[in-house]
Amino acid sequence: MPAALLDIDHVSKRFVKRPNLGERIAGLLGAGRKAETVRAVTDVSLTVAKGEVVGLVGESGCGKSTLGRMIAGIYTPSDGKIVFDKGPVARQQGRRTQKLTTRVQMIHQDPFASLNPRIRIGDTVAEGPVAHNIVKAREADTYVADLLGRVGLDPSYRRRFPHQFSGGQRQRIAIARALAMKPDLLVLDEPVASLDVSIQAQVLNLFMDLRQDLDLTGIFISHDLGVVRHVSDRVAIMYLGRIVELAPTSELYAEPNHPYTRALFESVPRIGVGKKSFRPIAGEIPSPLHPPSGCHFHPRCPFAGPRCRRETPPLTAIGPGRFSACHLNTGGTD
Amino acid sequence: MSDAVLRVKDLQTQFQTRVGVLKAVDGVSFEVGRGRILGLVGESGSGKSVTGYSILGLIEPPGRIAGGEVLLNGKDLTRLKGEAMRQVRGAQIAMVFQDPMMTLNPVLKIGTQMIAAVRAHDKVSRKVARARARDALAKVGIPSPEERLDAYPHQLSGGMRQRVAIAIALLHSPAVIIADEPTTALDVSIQGQILAEVRRLADETGTAFVWVTHDLAVVSSLADDICVMYAGRVVETGPAADVIASPRHPYTAGLLASVPAEHEPGTKLPQVPGSTPSLANLPPGCAFAPRCAKAGPACTTTPPVQHFEDGRTALCHYPIEPVSCQPLSLTSTTYQSAS
Repeated sequence: MPAALLDIDHVSKRFVKRPNLGERIAGLLGAGRKAETVRAVTDVSLTVAKGEVVGLVGESGCGKSTLGRMIAGIYTPSDGKIVFDKGPVARQQGRRTQKLTTRVQMIHQDPFASLNPRIRIGDTVAEGPVAHNIVKAREADTYVADLLGRVGLDPSYRRRFPHQFSGGQRQRIAIARALAMKPDLLVLDEPVASLDVSIQAQVLNLFMDLRQDLDLTGIFISHDLGVVRHVSDRVAIMYLGRIVELAPTSELYAEPNHPYTRALFESVPRIGVGKKSFRPIAGEIPSPLHPPSGCHFHPRCPFAGPRCRRETPPLTAIGPGRFSACHLNTGGTD
Repeated sequence: MSDAVLRVKDLQTQFQTRVGVLKAVDGVSFEVGRGRILGLVGESGSGKSVTGYSILGLIEPPGRIAGGEVLLNGKDLTRLKGEAMRQVRGAQIAMVFQDPMMTLNPVLKIGTQMIAAVRAHDKVSRKVARARARDALAKVGIPSPEERLDAYPHQLSGGMRQRVAIAIALLHSPAVIIADEPTTALDVSIQGQILAEVRRLADETGTAFVWVTHDLAVVSSLADDICVMYAGRVVETGPAADVIASPRHPYTAGLLASVPAEHEPGTKLPQVPGSTPSLANLPPGCAFAPRCAKAGPACTTTPPVQHFEDGRTALCHYPIEPVSCQPLSLTSTTYQSAS
């Protein structure tokens, strides 16, 4: 395997909901609520090689977006560290980290919210590279025209405003803005979730073309198993803040190991599989404020035993390049 | 189908705007039988939601139903006004919306809202109404329904709230429930639970569902019949399994082909070029022609409704020939491209 570009080492992120003034006063009088902690991401380790695309899959509250934002330097990890190309990803302060963070770019889910509606799209795309001296201000215009062409938009559109574009076109603009920084790593947070199916295929094709042409490394966050399968080399399945399974894409889809992964695959409706063939997972997704003890999946797991309530299963190797966090692989659930 | 409980005939819904009259629904016809689920599929702007709203008489100015009939057990709903429509709505035909947080009143308990819904149509005591509400919650698979009646909407998860919305729709055992993207806001594992529940309800209670969605995979695993819309028109209808196995309209084929799960990972997805046309600016003839690989000279004129075997139809000059062999095996885990 080529050298790791991104190394995520035992990273956790906690969000603390602090009591407001009223609750603090109530606390002094002995009636208040304590600060509540959401463990959005717990003890996640992952290395990403140069040129690789890793898919992060999970349902809401599993921490996939939080992890993506930590990789992009938007959040600082509470514990652990993220190393990008031998330098730590940290808050965007100071010359060195600033230089580093321009090499990691993020594309967000909603292209209606991620573009400033009052700025011409050409200026939106040019702002980053000009500020960071990637291009000179007077060459910015041709630079932007080039990029727009590359993402499949007419370069003459650069004088237009975001409201003049459709959802698919806006997502192309967001991709152009990220590429303008000449990034090495792209973090894509549900980039096609808000697009229609026919437009989704166009954007996925664009991403796969760009990946090949520019040798991009990517973190592809999605809840859509089909989309992730199509674009990723490896896939990490997350559940309530932890990676429960990590494997090369083809092996994961051919033979899922973790009970959650298996249940997830069975509960997804698929085209052509026929009616009533899917089996839903029982139960609700627990709140990350009060996750279950031991293995977070045990209340919904058909194989759960007493050990699953006591002990958190670590992510252990079950084959070459394959990892799963389940007691079934390491001596049973009793 | 002669036993159709809901029959929509040549429905026209138009919106008067500054740029002219927009035909959001332009001659839509379909039928749903007792206990059947019809998947009404389309992308944004195809008119699928407006069709659902039109059936329930929920179109407000500047929109209006300009023509056609909505026959519920033979009675034309488009002719009913005000109070008469209110008698039907909620009792004989009900709706489930996309976002269960918006449809439930956040300051009233679930029980209060459900009792009000029962008593809106039936003059029964609060006690009887509460019992019926509890039974409806049990029917949609909500655990400990008695306690849930005293919960506020924010105390329930998204999936539970959508179950409550479906339970409210079921209160008066309506003949038809229109569901507008009811699982789009939910997680996949919760969506699976709701779909299984709806399928069971349709089979057990005989309620017919019109399931409005953009998700072909959902329709494939849930619906009996399918009705694909594009730019306000129905472009293809037929039994869901047949349409998905062998689409006859190029748009349906394009939609099915662009779903990533159907392809070898990493390969180029067959994409439908261009984007959905604006209703204010539709091309003449077939609205799909500018994006269609099969388009020919005839496509500048309005395409005819072509009828095929098994009651299938397609609105196309050059429909795709049916696939001769049976392309889909129901147990295999490898799929063939549907196009």
